[in-house]
Amino acid sequence: MNKRISRWTGTALASAVALWAGSAAADDIRFLCAADGNECATLKSLFDRYEKDNPGTRVILDEVGYKAILENLPVQLAGGSGPDMALVTDFGGLNKYFLDLTPYVDAHYWNTNFGNTLRWSRTGPDDKGIYGMNIQLTITGAYINKTLFEQAGVAVPGEKATWDEWAEAARQVAKATGTPFPMAMDRSGHRIAGPAISNGAKIFDDAGNPILVDAPYADFMRKFVEWNKDGTMAKDVWAGTGGASYQDAAQEFINAQLVFYYSGSWQVQRLDKAIGDGFDWEVVGSPCGPAACSGMPGGSGLVGFKQTKNPEAVAKLINYVAQKDNYAEFIAKTRNVPAHEGVAKEGVDYPDTSQNVARALKAWNGQIGKLSPIAYAYQGYKNNRTMFNITVQRVTQAIVGEMSIDDAMEKAKQDVAAAIQSAGK
Amino acid sequence: MTALLNAIMNVIEIPMRFAQKRLGLRRIAWVFLLPNLILFGIFAFLPVILNVVYSLTGTDQVMLSDRTFVGFDNFITLGTCANHLDPNTCAQDLFWRAIYNSLWFVTLQVGFMVGLSLVTAIVLNGKIRARGFFRSVFFFPVLLSPVVVALIWKWILQREGLLNAGMDAFGFTPFNWLLDRNWAFIWSIFLSIWAHMGFYTLILLAGLQAIPRDVYDAALMDAASPLRTFRRITLPLLMPTMVVVLMLALIKGVQTFDEVYAFTGGGPGSATTFIIQYIYETGFAGTPRLFGLAAAASILLAVVLIGLTLIQLSVSRSKADG
Repeated sequence: MNKRISRWTGTALASAVALWAGSAAADDIRFLCAADGNECATLKSLFDRYEKDNPGTRVILDEVGYKAILENLPVQLAGGSGPDMALVTDFGGLNKYFLDLTPYVDAHYWNTNFGNTLRWSRTGPDDKGIYGMNIQLTITGAYINKTLFEQAGVAVPGEKATWDEWAEAARQVAKATGTPFPMAMDRSGHRIAGPAISNGAKIFDDAGNPILVDAPYADFMRKFVEWNKDGTMAKDVWAGTGGASYQDAAQEFINAQLVFYYSGSWQVQRLDKAIGDGFDWEVVGSPCGPAACSGMPGGSGLVGFKQTKNPEAVAKLINYVAQKDNYAEFIAKTRNVPAHEGVAKEGVDYPDTSQNVARALKAWNGQIGKLSPIAYAYQGYKNNRTMFNITVQRVTQAIVGEMSIDDAMEKAKQDVAAAIQSAGK
Repeated sequence: MTALLNAIMNVIEIPMRFAQKRLGLRRIAWVFLLPNLILFGIFAFLPVILNVVYSLTGTDQVMLSDRTFVGFDNFITLGTCANHLDPNTCAQDLFWRAIYNSLWFVTLQVGFMVGLSLVTAIVLNGKIRARGFFRSVFFFPVLLSPVVVALIWKWILQREGLLNAGMDAFGFTPFNWLLDRNWAFIWSIFLSIWAHMGFYTLILLAGLQAIPRDVYDAALMDAASPLRTFRRITLPLLMPTMVVVLMLALIKGVQTFDEVYAFTGGGPGSATTFIIQYIYETGFAGTPRLFGLAAAASILLAVVLIGLTLIQLSVSRSKADG
């Protein structure tokens, strides 16, 4: 009996050791992912297919909140304990950790198809590295509740309408329909950058140094603060929390409590799912200012990290997603705007989409040409996250009356100078 | 089982006997303390030293080897103000806002909480109906996670929350409590008292029950009024417990972060940003991550907490001696 037990024990131990050895030998890739829609799940389905074709590679998906990507991931990477790859939005701030995929991929294919967004994760004009790809191109802009406009009998402002004209129209609609909020904007320095640039803000001086605050920038912020105070903007969104925390207003829009919602293209899937047939909504893009009608470009990037023990496996996996057919499949399933120029040129067939979504995606695609070069430069600047956060912190202080908007802008200038000195230009 | 234990003890005995022979009876105690000392050193003492070192360095790099020595610059930056009473004139205005917020918060929260805890403990110490039930009711919030506490009160106080629904039903105009700086601050104090009062009530209740019954009987025989009994017997005999409660509440008050952060996020603006949130956001949530500045602020906070602890020890000892 004892002999049998020891034989069984021996066999079990040997199997366990073999399994452990097998798993240790496999290319385990830990992937940290956060998304508004089904991006993580869709990527996982592509990875599953890759795993079948490439035995030995195993992708472990850690799906987390967006806040974890913003706040925890940088600390993990700095401490050398981060994942092998992740879906990130802070290209500039994290680029020092990115794995250069160049030795493992067809650089010509990548530069041809992702040329516009690859530079966001590069350290400067001399850097020719390939550090991952944008899984989507996002554009900030506005949605309107069209049903409320119809009920109020107010004409929807035209394509060239200014921020003031939109504010007036939204106020009229809210008043006529008893809607609590005429307008709302996500609590984000990225979101408010587009309107400021449209108002003429330069963000950088002639030498390319970041200044953030100039007269047109301060003017739009002053207008924004006034709109929060007089009820044109939903004060809850910016004043409802402290620090530089992100807050959106999608729920208010979904609940039909909001006429005009300034957010971005990534909300399409969520709005479609949550609103359904509740009311008609549409994308109106970015209202105009004296300088432009620009939003901000952006998007999540699938990147690998230098510290990975499997750089080749990580690079091959990212390269797999970057291939035209796989990329097009991802974009179609997640209902996003493609950053892959070949896919964008051919056009994406979005299956099973509602009329609202089809119209919205078409409208977002139409906004790409309106993006200001300053918006692209700001999105590609490595310390942009710092400047976004400073804007949110200081503008909120002006909204709640802790300081005047002039003092807030002066503080923002000082903050930018101090932060750039700490982080390096 | 006993045989196994004996075998283990026999194995351990050999090196211990050798160590005792070499070190002597007095120094062998250090050998027993060593495992704990190593753990304490790694997880408590080393981080303190690292914190001090970080406070003397600059840049946003995490690894010490990548950081530059800046001396006391971080402390100087924190202290630089044209007028210390006006945070807007300070280089780190958010630090000073957090300091003033924390001071107000600690003063009001601790004052009200200790007072209410005392009243509650006295009531619960009396002969009231369903005493056990009420003791549980007051202690229950202590068992809740700070995030749960914050979410409960957020749901009650938000624009379309329970309180506004009730006000609306009774014909009052709903009010956005958490968007007003003063009200957000007041509700933060209320929430904190609600969450922690049960703990201090329990300590005071134990203190009340430790007062000998015969002292009250003697007062009763002397026809002392209830107020006089409270002032001359209860309060003096409860004072050592009160001092402990006061100091614990003060230390906890200065450290307030999680529940208020989940409740208001430190807002509106910076109205409910306290010192721990400032440290957290400066070091970890903000960009660039100014670890040096955060470490310097945390050292200043530690000095305050050590001061409070020393006061508590000194008062406790003087009470015990006298």
